[in-house]
Amino acid sequence: MVMFTESDTARLDEPVADGPVVRPLRVKRRIKGRPVNHANGSCETRTEWVGHVARIRDAQDQAAFAELFQHFAPRVKAFLIKSGSDAAMAEECAQEVMATLWHKAHLFDPTRATVATWVFTIARNKRIDVLRRQRRPEPEDLGWGPEAEPDQHDVMALQQETAQLRDALTALPEAQRELIEKAYFGDLSHREIASQTGLPLGTIKSRIRLALDRLRHAMN
Amino acid sequence: MMSNKIKHHLTDDLLMAYAAGTLPEAFDLMVATHLTLCDHCRARAESFDAVGGCVLQEQDAAVSMNDGSLAATMAMIAQGAPVAKPVRPGCSVLPTPLQDYVGGDVNDIKWRSIGMGVKQAILPTTHEATARLLFIPAGAAVPDHSHNGMELTMVLQGAFSDEVDHFARGDVEIADEDLHHTPTADISEDCICLAVTDAPLKFNKLMPRLFQPFLRI
Ligand SMILES: [Zn+2]
Repeated sequence: MVMFTESDTARLDEPVADGPVVRPLRVKRRIKGRPVNHANGSCETRTEWVGHVARIRDAQDQAAFAELFQHFAPRVKAFLIKSGSDAAMAEECAQEVMATLWHKAHLFDPTRATVATWVFTIARNKRIDVLRRQRRPEPEDLGWGPEAEPDQHDVMALQQETAQLRDALTALPEAQRELIEKAYFGDLSHREIASQTGLPLGTIKSRIRLALDRLRHAMN
Repeated sequence: MMSNKIKHHLTDDLLMAYAAGTLPEAFDLMVATHLTLCDHCRARAESFDAVGGCVLQEQDAAVSMNDGSLAATMAMIAQGAPVAKPVRPGCSVLPTPLQDYVGGDVNDIKWRSIGMGVKQAILPTTHEATARLLFIPAGAAVPDHSHNGMELTMVLQGAFSDEVDHFARGDVEIADEDLHHTPTADISEDCICLAVTDAPLKFNKLMPRLFQPFLRI
């Protein structure tokens, strides 16, 4: 099995203490005009990938697409290979993921996700479809759709939060970061992680929880 | 949305595995259905998507695309977008993800009796885990059972109580193999639940156990 099964019967009727890893990505609740901290130098504080997607959406801009392709396609391919795909399949899937990005550019909402997060979800769904051969039930769309002109403060705030998350992730002790990464490579169950790391399942579970707690802490 | 009423939510483990895409299909269906009703968990799930985005960004650049890859992708794009399947509007009982699996609304569920007024409908997912809809008449109980693995039960209509607590629409009960429980529907309304399990149920009373081979549970 791919998830933890022991002692997850905890009652959650008390207020849920562990909130989101990053703040809920609800635009309307976010404090507007929070200054963007450029000091950490993470490339996620830049929003130009957002502009690239807008240029594809508005003008079918092939130059913008080529730059996105150069950045993301190899990462998607590497991600799929680490998830258990052979190189040929990963190449084909990465191309399809990037084609989906083009076709769905009008659905991207930069106030709810960075381009990297959005590409990840497309790549993940491709992996479920092609490698695991199963359907992927998704929650009903909220029906808001991206607004024609998303508020730049909201876009910047979302990019900034994700940059903090990424910094927090890279600042984790290596063993914790690797566990989280392995969990995302999929097809690698916690039991398999256990056999690779030599750690019992309960220990892995508590270490992932510890890593998530640290992430939350770093986000506050 | 009824999220402010929901008391029993999904765990980080489940939300992270849903974001990572590593759950059996039946559990994905449970998570997607809960997220449709619960803004709190939807926000948490999107946070775990963001962790996935960070993991993607950290992929090393040692892997490169083949020669001609961009041109091949542009050719693929030129063929046009795949036809999107129409989205079913959720009904008052079945949220959209479940409508896709039932092939309609609550009137289209193909119930099969499992005795004592309780009915179930098994949904078509991969066989690593089982998803089914349960119909419990108002005031009736599901036979006392325990689990070989994990069982999640989410209320869609009505409410039920068991040894743990009271569960209403959107609430998820997470039961492991140590929990023996007898969910009993509230008297006010018939109860419909989505239940997913990663192993067959073990019934603790003689009659239901005899039925078990015929019920695919
Ligand atoms: Zn919830």
